[in-house]
Amino acid sequence: MDRILVGLKRAVDYNVRVRVKSDGSGVETDGVKMSINPFDEIALEEALRIKERGAASEVVVISIGPTDAQQQLRTGLAMGADRAILVESATAISPLDRARVFLELVEREQPGLVILGKQAIDDDNNQVGQMLAALWDRPQATFASKLTLDGETATVVREVDAGLETIEVDLPAVVTTDLRLNEPRYVKLPDIMKAKKKPLELIPLAELGIEPGPTLTETFFEPPAARKKGSMVKDVAELVSALKSKGLV
Amino acid sequence: MAKVLVIAEHDGKNLNPSTAKCVSCAAAINGAEISVAVFATEPAALAAAAANLKSVTKVVAVADAANEYTLAATLAPQVVAIGRDYDYLFGPSTTFGKDLMPRIAALLGVNQISDIMSVESERSFKRPIYAGNAIVSVTAPEGIPVVATVRTASWAAVDDGNDAAIEQVVNSAALPDHTRFIELQSGKSDRPDLQTASRVVSGGRALGSSESFDIIYALADKLGAGVGASRAAVDAGYVPNDMQVGQTGKIIAPDLYIAVGISGAIQHLTGIKDAGTIVAINKDEEAPIFEVADIGLVADLFTAVPELTKAL
Ligand SMILES: Cc1cc2nc3c(=O)[nH]c(=O)nc-3n(C[C@H](O)[C@H](O)[C@H](O)COP(=O)(O)OP(=O)(O)OC[C@H]3O[C@@H](n4cnc5c(N)ncnc54)[C@H](O)[C@@H]3O)c2cc1C
Repeated sequence: MDRILVGLKRAVDYNVRVRVKSDGSGVETDGVKMSINPFDEIALEEALRIKERGAASEVVVISIGPTDAQQQLRTGLAMGADRAILVESATAISPLDRARVFLELVEREQPGLVILGKQAIDDDNNQVGQMLAALWDRPQATFASKLTLDGETATVVREVDAGLETIEVDLPAVVTTDLRLNEPRYVKLPDIMKAKKKPLELIPLAELGIEPGPTLTETFFEPPAARKKGSMVKDVAELVSALKSKGLV
Repeated sequence: MAKVLVIAEHDGKNLNPSTAKCVSCAAAINGAEISVAVFATEPAALAAAAANLKSVTKVVAVADAANEYTLAATLAPQVVAIGRDYDYLFGPSTTFGKDLMPRIAALLGVNQISDIMSVESERSFKRPIYAGNAIVSVTAPEGIPVVATVRTASWAAVDDGNDAAIEQVVNSAALPDHTRFIELQSGKSDRPDLQTASRVVSGGRALGSSESFDIIYALADKLGAGVGASRAAVDAGYVPNDMQVGQTGKIIAPDLYIAVGISGAIQHLTGIKDAGTIVAINKDEEAPIFEVADIGLVADLFTAVPELTKAL
């Protein structure tokens, strides 16, 4: 195939324990480490491996977000993507609008495959890939843990609650990644230098002609209910009696 | 009146308990009139089971050969074909619902609310974000259907004991053939299902091998418990993927959860926040799991777990 599109979302790093602002207006993101959403890193790694096997000629990374998301796209270019597109939007847009943006870019770029992360670890929505597939009227293979390309089709092993499900989809298609699809490579210093010269196109959201549609309003943020502090037991015998006294065994 | 359509999850033979939990969430909406949609090749028995769920007014049964397997691409257009008159379309936040519901939402041109934890009013709901480190209240816009997944761990299943009307409907939507089911490999086990078990024992990276997991299974069997694992244990290949508990695995709410050799990363903890009692066995007294555990034991699991199994 000619081209694979990969989504890279700028998200709070998975090691950060986010805090809710005391006035309930949001979560504290000032001065917090930002990274590529881990599932998107897996998506990019998969696309790069497909290209390295000779089954695709170009990998394009796409982000929808603030100007700062260029950092994550540069990292993606350093990992090995050929070019990057940032659809700039200072305010976050809804998953459906993001799917509409991807659809617009799909129409421009005509990819054989779109690989996205199954969810972003900030809003934990798990929606955009499925929505893009619906709007594009193409197959979706979500939660992929193995992807095999075979000419006009792809065979995808999916992580489902009951185990591993294998489906076959016609291409082009949307694949969303699960954790065990691959282990993303580390970026090497010389590649970071090289990535600076790779093309990164900035497209203001308005230029795509997409008017954000009606969306959910986030009215209040709060920390989760805290669990009561427990107690320590010194040995197995004490553990057994603690369980018995709670009527659990 | 609020017309709610719940999409039933099933394996062709039995309704998944997630369906009764979605009904429970639907029933929390003021004036809800709840229908359950069953898509299958032969839906009769499944429809009867759905009609037996309390709070359900009507079951819509769609028989179609295309429904032998649950593929989002074939189900979504069928749901849209029967779902246009509903104010709410709900599915469970299992892999079935997570795959299907956003496809439905996009076909209807609306956004989706993922993982409803609570219903605050007709259009306002709470849901977890950032691996459950924050809870956000969201309000859906007026005048368009609310498409949502229901966080099953937050809802108790409605009881059986009803006799709702069953309506047979013939699918009118054109179905694509671009997506084909090949096979399902499931680690069939006689142990209670992880997502509904009232007791769960989970093992982490500390187990070190799939053979060592036998001591987890032995404890679980003594307790009649389901077995789970951390991501590290799954990644290392000690156990299959369907045992992963956490942000990106299964979110569970057993009465008793025993975490063995699991450090307690936020991504794991988000999967067990609703457990009744959390027991942690870890040799590191600083392990974060002890911050959430109701009962903690600092010990080497290779001696403590067999000892516990014997003592029970
Ligand atoms: C995007 C993303 C999603 C993720 N999703 C999930 C998820 O859904 N679920 C999940 O679980 N993780 C998830 N993780 C991974 C998570 O961050 C942790 O890496 C993982 O949970 C660690 O697993 P563990 O506790 O088994 O291993 P470790 O963190 O290595 O902990 C092992 C523990 O065993 C203890 N130990 C060692 N030997 C013994 C012994 N002999 N006796 C007693 N105790 C012993 C140690 O003290 C330690 O606390 C995710 C990570 C990312 C980035």
